[in-house]
Amino acid sequence: MVDFGFAPIEINIHDLDKADLRLSAWISERDETFKLCIACGSCTATCTAGKFTKFSFREMCHSIRRGEISEAIAESEKCMLCGKCTLACPRNVNTRNIVKLVRKANQNFKV
Amino acid sequence: MKYHPFVIPFSIGLAFVILYIVGMWTFWIIRLSRREQKIVWKRLFSFRTIEAMWESMMEGLFHRKIFKKHALLGYMHMSLAFGWFMLIVLGNFESRLYPHGNINPPFYPIFFEFFRHDLSPLREYEEIFTFLMDFFLLLVISGICLAFFKRIKSRILGMRRTTKHILIDRIALTSLWFIFPLRILAESVTAGLYNTGHFFTNFLGQNVIYNLPLDQLYYPAWWAYSIALGMFFVTLPFSRYMHIPAEILLIFLRKYGVKEKEAHSTFTKIEQSACSRCGICIDSCQLSTDLNINDTQPAYFIRDLRYSQPNERMRETCMMCMRCVEACPVGIEIAAMRRNERREHQIFSSTGYEYLNGHTYPKAKVAFFAGCMGHLTPSVIKSTLKLFDAAGVDYTFIDKDGSICCGRPLQLGGQEKAAKQLIDKNNTLIHNTGAEVLVTTCPICAREFKQNYHLNIPVLHHSQFLLQLANDNKLKINKSELNIAYHDPCELSRGLGITKEPRELLEKVGNVVDPTKQAKNNSLCCGGSLGITNISADQKKAIAASTINQITNSETNVVATACPLCKKTFNSAQDEMPIKDISEILVQNLNHTDSKNPAQVKESKVTVSV
Repeated sequence: MVDFGFAPIEINIHDLDKADLRLSAWISERDETFKLCIACGSCTATCTAGKFTKFSFREMCHSIRRGEISEAIAESEKCMLCGKCTLACPRNVNTRNIVKLVRKANQNFKV
Repeated sequence: MKYHPFVIPFSIGLAFVILYIVGMWTFWIIRLSRREQKIVWKRLFSFRTIEAMWESMMEGLFHRKIFKKHALLGYMHMSLAFGWFMLIVLGNFESRLYPHGNINPPFYPIFFEFFRHDLSPLREYEEIFTFLMDFFLLLVISGICLAFFKRIKSRILGMRRTTKHILIDRIALTSLWFIFPLRILAESVTAGLYNTGHFFTNFLGQNVIYNLPLDQLYYPAWWAYSIALGMFFVTLPFSRYMHIPAEILLIFLRKYGVKEKEAHSTFTKIEQSACSRCGICIDSCQLSTDLNINDTQPAYFIRDLRYSQPNERMRETCMMCMRCVEACPVGIEIAAMRRNERREHQIFSSTGYEYLNGHTYPKAKVAFFAGCMGHLTPSVIKSTLKLFDAAGVDYTFIDKDGSICCGRPLQLGGQEKAAKQLIDKNNTLIHNTGAEVLVTTCPICAREFKQNYHLNIPVLHHSQFLLQLANDNKLKINKSELNIAYHDPCELSRGLGITKEPRELLEKVGNVVDPTKQAKNNSLCCGGSLGITNISADQKKAIAASTINQITNSETNVVATACPLCKKTFNSAQDEMPIKDISEILVQNLNHTDSKNPAQVKESKVTVSV
């Protein structure tokens, strides 16, 4: 391997081959709109909880796709289910349902 | 002779059903909470009992509410219930007037014409009784014919769909349908042989079936009639027909003030049994009419709750718009039952909202709360505040820099504990403003504030508050030629019973037209409901488009809503019809010359247009 003098920092590597994608699969199976998210951030821009914390539906989706399941679940608890994000989403992602599914996943299969 | 072995199936069935009903009533009453039992005893000897008796008669026998919905459907239910009731009552009178001196066994009046062929001892009453018995039998038969017809072509009776029944219901239904034709057969055969009937059974026996071997049919017909009755009675407690005794108890308990609680209770069990699965809720549900989802409506949800446990889909697939509650002829608290069912399956913890600190706002007489949906529709906030300014209202905007959700979306999902945290935070916020009245543009918030916050100040929807301002001449509105279709939001109309104020307010601006019966308490949901998460955006749009289509006609210029969520949902579903909040329409027609703060209103004219 050519040594360029640079190397990735281990902690920042998301190896999707090794990632735990069970939650991602579980959600996609139950709500196909999960796959539609393009991380545009419209949801985050309107988020009621986002006014008070760093909670972001967009980032929660990233966590799920990277296999950071416990982070996603911890984030989902901050959501107030107000539904603004669902109305703001240009891709018609059923965001409220996905937050609920993350919570259900935490109960239904221990992740 | 007062006995024949064929009465055995009937007698066994009757004994069983009476014991079962008495047992269940006793069990239910014993299982009511101490407080509920107390109020029942306290109010037992009051005017409420008479009212309950009257209602039992009007609903149980005459099915008044179904009549109001559709005359033919009402007639069908009435003819069965009232007709059969009269046959039983008249049969008893007849057998008691007949001179014999002995106590009558229960089967004697039912099979009276089998036991007594010579009715002349009834003297002058013979003619009346035989006529009335034939008349009511004909009435019941007409009901059975309609019920049968309804299974094939339900639309004639005002129903798009009839309920799909389970096995036990089918057995009970079949037995019920057989009872009366078999009774006609038995009585006609007897009338053919002994002339015991009147215009109906005598005519059948002596003119229609006279060629049949009546002698040989005589006993089998009475046996078959008795077996059908016995079969119906045995299946009644386990089928939909348990609604007959359960509904009577329900009417009485409801009159005494017993209602659904915050969790399933014995009263829930009584309500489950009182559901007749008539299917009226299926047609009232927009998931059924607009999306063709026909398996999660209250008839099925309550059935599952009674026999097993509703699954997740059954629990979740409901917009909680309460149209079914409004339509239910039995008055079952369906939405409360579903909410409790959702509560039993909590998924949100109540520890997630510790981050909420809230903001502080200046004190004022009126606290204005826009809510989450209000913040998604800034034009509604702007217009409302401009109207406040024009009327010189001393207000403070308590969620200007970031609202905390009122908690209703969580409540609708049954996440009560989580909602409690938001409620506590908002309570503090509202209390700190020292306001004398809380005004919100969002009916969802208004309902939550009114019903779950226990605030010590009045909560007004902005339509109510603005009407007060207009009536006090603080707001001067110009009347225009606008034809306005007003859409009643679910939470405002059915949830809070506010239907007059928005209309009165809009009448000051233009002409309110209601081209459909789907208004006020019977209004259609916009489809954007926060009570449901498992339908797609396209499905929501389909409901919204259908609703707009139904509430407007060619003369409608604008659709007025009183809910920011409805406005948003309607706008995303169609482009043809302008959708405006009441406040936006008012601002456009504000009489600037008379208003108290003309400078600010001038600005409003520039920025807001309808």
